[in-house]
Amino acid sequence: MIEFRSVTKRFGDGTLAVEDFSLTLPAHRTTVLVGSSGCGKTTLLRMINRMVEPTGGDVEIDGESVLGKDPVALRRSIGYVMQNSGLMPHFTVLDNVATVLRLIGTPKRAAHERARSLLETVGLDGALADRYPSQLSGGQQQRVGVARGLAADPNILLMDEPFGAVDPIVRADLQREMIRLQRDLDKTVVFVTHDIDEAFLLGDQVVILDTGARVVQVGSPSEIIENPADDFVAAFIGVDRGRRALHIKETARGRVVVDAEGRTQGALVEDGAIT
Amino acid sequence: MNLFGEAIAWLTDPARLEGSYALPTLLAQHVGYTVVSVLVAAVVAIPAGWLIGHTGRGREVAVAIAGAARAVPSFGLLVLLVLLLGVLRIPEAAVVTFVLLAIPSLLAGAYTGIEAIDRAVVDAARAMGMTERQIFWRVELPLGLPLLVGGIRSAVLQVIATVTIAAYVNLGGLGWPIIQGIPLRRFDQVLGGALLVAALALVVDLLLALAQRAAVPAGVRVHRATRPARRAAARSEAAASPSA
Repeated sequence: MIEFRSVTKRFGDGTLAVEDFSLTLPAHRTTVLVGSSGCGKTTLLRMINRMVEPTGGDVEIDGESVLGKDPVALRRSIGYVMQNSGLMPHFTVLDNVATVLRLIGTPKRAAHERARSLLETVGLDGALADRYPSQLSGGQQQRVGVARGLAADPNILLMDEPFGAVDPIVRADLQREMIRLQRDLDKTVVFVTHDIDEAFLLGDQVVILDTGARVVQVGSPSEIIENPADDFVAAFIGVDRGRRALHIKETARGRVVVDAEGRTQGALVEDGAIT
Repeated sequence: MNLFGEAIAWLTDPARLEGSYALPTLLAQHVGYTVVSVLVAAVVAIPAGWLIGHTGRGREVAVAIAGAARAVPSFGLLVLLVLLLGVLRIPEAAVVTFVLLAIPSLLAGAYTGIEAIDRAVVDAARAMGMTERQIFWRVELPLGLPLLVGGIRSAVLQVIATVTIAAYVNLGGLGWPIIQGIPLRRFDQVLGGALLVAALALVVDLLLALAQRAAVPAGVRVHRATRPARRAAARSEAAASPSA
């Protein structure tokens, strides 16, 4: 469990990135922080592994303040996946995945063995192990980034817009993979995105943020869609347009659900009729 | 033929291998001054440049110092130092001049090498839990090496060129036949000396260019070389995920 307690972050130039932010992120669940760019969501994420130090308040992991921990040891114990993968260009894929294991003193052979099995976990061909990141596609690089984040089997995985820079088809693929991984691995995931659809797809808990990391609404995707806190949320999640603005249409064979563009999305069935 | 032929004849004359101004001796002096000066400058400038590159602090100061050092006319400084230190201290005066000449390029090579690294890579290294020392040795040093070697390359060439004119204060080196030949109107000797200096500079530049290429880490080198491999990678990924 991760807890933010009245966290404030004012940067050196006076910008107030986060103002009095409090939130509990349940263990073994995916919490998605979503908001437009500059709302402070990445700053929040980076305060968990002390890549950013709060100027006020506290961040606790399982009841212990991160501020009392050695930043290097803390970061090694937390998985981190970033946009554009952030892979070491001069390390092979295998060495990239094994980075944290090597830092915590795992012998090379064991670290490489574990890295190989992780490549498989994230759906990468073992033949890529000896390639360099520049020889991989964007989607493959992100998969390597996820494998690297998981390498030391951390309880917490921080993901900073990990699928933001890949094309929509690869992104959908990576998101499906992420759902599968989370089902198997059961990590406490903190996921940052500006894509509300991604937030609803991956999040158990979705946190909608406005400037200064002001919490506009917290809840499960269903709660937010069914009961948006205000007009800002309603407009942000787009309940009244596109894929989410559904209506019922009568047909000869029963009722179907149709989206705003008139495309039929599915049939309306009675509860219990699903087999 | 004419002047070039005469210069070649002067160079190949067996007499060039004799006496205190034998060409091998002059070459050794030239190379010796260059190596010693660049080494001394490197000991000062490279760690300072690395520190600036790693911390991102002191850049303005470094640029100012490097700019000022570049603006100082080496020949004027050399003559001034010889006058100040006395004619018995010519080698020291010369080395000080060459060191000051070499520092800006080395400093710039060291810090720009680190500055040019994608910030996301350094950020990722830190977020993985590398200590500052590990970030430097495992990430910044290897990735910054090509530009550092580039800095060494330009420093060495500047010093080689300047050692030539230092023959004016009787330092020896390959500039000696040139400086001595001009008042004697021995143009075969002047051209011969000039050819030797040019050849030395070209050979050293070539060697350092090779070193610069070798300094590019493997994964960074393939970046430019193998676009087809990248496309193949994209294809194999598409094939591996039929669901997409």
